Amino acid sequence: MDKALIPEGVKRCPLPVFGLWMLFLSAVIAWGIYAGYTVLFKGLNVTGLNNYFGFGLYITVDLGIIALGAGAFFSGFMYYGLSRFFPRLKELHKIINLAVIVGFCCYTGALLVLLLEIGQPLRGWFGYWHANVHSMLTEVIFCISCYAIVLVIEFVPIILENRKLDAIKPLHIFGHNLHEIMAVFAMTGTFLSFFHQGSLGGVPGVMFGRPFAYRTGFFIWPWTFFLFTLSAMACGPAFTAIICRIIEKVSRKTLVDRSVYELIAKITGSLLLIYLIFKSLDTLYWALDTAPGFGLKLSDFYRAPYGMWLLFAELGVCGVLPIILLLTPQTRNSNGLLFLGFFLNCAGIVINRFAMTVEALAIPVMPFDQWAVYIPTWAEWAPCIAMLAYGAVIVSLSYRYLPIFPREKELNP
Amino acid sequence: MSGSAHSEHAESKVRYGMVIDLDKCTGCGACSVACQQENNVSFRPDESDKLRTLSWMTLYRLENGADYPDYRAAMLPRPCMHCDSPHHSPCTFVCPVNATIRDEHTGIVDHVAVRCIGCRYCMVACPYHARSFNWWDPTWPKSMEAMLTPEVSPRMRGVVEKCTFCHHRLNLARDRARLNGEDPDTVLYTPACVEACPARAITFGNLKDPNSEVAKLAKDSRAFRILEKLHTEPKVYYLSSAQWIRRQSDNGL
Ligand code: SF4
Ligand code: SF4
Repeated sequence: MDKALIPEGVKRCPLPVFGLWMLFLSAVIAWGIYAGYTVLFKGLNVTGLNNYFGFGLYITVDLGIIALGAGAFFSGFMYYGLSRFFPRLKELHKIINLAVIVGFCCYTGALLVLLLEIGQPLRGWFGYWHANVHSMLTEVIFCISCYAIVLVIEFVPIILENRKLDAIKPLHIFGHNLHEIMAVFAMTGTFLSFFHQGSLGGVPGVMFGRPFAYRTGFFIWPWTFFLFTLSAMACGPAFTAIICRIIEKVSRKTLVDRSVYELIAKITGSLLLIYLIFKSLDTLYWALDTAPGFGLKLSDFYRAPYGMWLLFAELGVCGVLPIILLLTPQTRNSNGLLFLGFFLNCAGIVINRFAMTVEALAIPVMPFDQWAVYIPTWAEWAPCIAMLAYGAVIVSLSYRYLPIFPREKELNP
Repeated sequence: MSGSAHSEHAESKVRYGMVIDLDKCTGCGACSVACQQENNVSFRPDESDKLRTLSWMTLYRLENGADYPDYRAAMLPRPCMHCDSPHHSPCTFVCPVNATIRDEHTGIVDHVAVRCIGCRYCMVACPYHARSFNWWDPTWPKSMEAMLTPEVSPRMRGVVEKCTFCHHRLNLARDRARLNGEDPDTVLYTPACVEACPARAITFGNLKDPNSEVAKLAKDSRAFRILEKLHTEPKVYYLSSAQWIRRQSDNGL
């Protein structure tokens, strides 16, 4: 049965090996579910959160994973929208399925973690019912759930390409038709994604009582709105490329042409460069105007353990360095340096999300208040790690049973 | 968003506010205890983790940083500031479910516990740390249950709570005014902390009424607010003749 499900003409590892891998991932997920159950049953007191750190690991991971999952919307936008004008972007066809699957894992995983994050999970739907149109979080709630639905719709035709499912005629026709109109969903997803990535940036940016996070902006949007969208566009495809490379390493196969990685490197490297210019301008403006306007100096914001090194790591090591690695033809030619570039790109964005949530809260605004430090507990780590395992399960199953890489057969004769 | 933004709401004649005289405050904590008692703020057998304590009226200790004999210290009680920034309070416009809103008839920033989803965004947005989260189910020793205030419902686990300027006392005062044929919209009432303060350091009333004591004190030369620079426009004023306290409270400006 297992053999019959595997796409024609490609090789996969023996079922027992795959079974062991699944068993391992299931164990990690079970650990996460146990932690999630503990959180829901006992309350958020089992986490390391407190009245100063209302936002912690859950939110950081959510913001990080949603930025990394942006490969789905941005690759879709480039492939379905821009490739008409820039034919070279057609190359992305070779990785677009994986981008959708990674995006699906990231978004559904983030939604699961979000469920644990709120103190009253049974009231989660109040976000739709009592929606406050002024709140950035309302925009996030609406856009993320709508976009998760779009991702499901984008995932379905990929699932229907499974050999056995495709043999069923009605499903074949349904999947084919869905494929035909996929551009519509990709564009809808782009629109939704643009807004919620931005709104996630708006979440810290609009807090005018929090000088570290607060940003002035354009109309109702703080600058972080645009910076978050731009940074997500810069790291999403890079994350898809990393996942693709990991699958290649594990399966010891070539799955996409190297030209795809090259293309992604140029795109994400350029976007990261644009982002870094704006981010630096934003940081300068904030440090020289916004923060002093609130009576604070730059050094007030950086203290152990959230010291200056965080800013240096974010903008220097994980900003300037990957730009050089991704945009210089020589370094791009080396696989090691190319993927180091992708990795640093992603890491920088995650550090940014951490700084805008956890670090932003460590800084006491009232001068006579204390500087606090936050340490997550196992009940926070476990669901987050389990979410990664959940992503690994979906990606592994998809790779094994779905023809997600159109060039696999030719590249591995 | 910022202080310069337009006001979206029609303002009424009433803006309840508070003035706390730090020169009179001895730091005895009576306000804090009275608040806790009045508003059914639950507590735990072990309250050593202050970052998880439920506290509507927190006492901060201020020090001038000098050595003896110039060393000075003061206590600063901090309720919710009921921020009056024009567009919204920092906490109200971030709440995704409208669980915390400013009543534009009174200026009181309210919180609807049964609507709160516990996302804690308001807590994060409040620069005064005036909001606490219910990390545990609220419990009281059996012997204390009879002392719970019937007008104030206890909050369930997983929601945020904060000072309401004893909103229930306002409602009682309004009811009383209606029964007496008076205008309920201009009633005066006294929150629990004001009533309990043995030093009479706290004054409460309508800031919009120029003849009220609270309005006069708010214009006193000793008056200041915490973090004026943020443009949160607190309706809680402090009085102090000590320069170092005033400087510290507005972040050195
Ligand atoms: S002090 Fe904090 S909780 Fe109170 S109104 Fe201001 S922002 Fe909201
Ligand atoms: S914790 Fe409650 S009151 Fe605060 S923002 Fe979230 S839903 Fe609103």
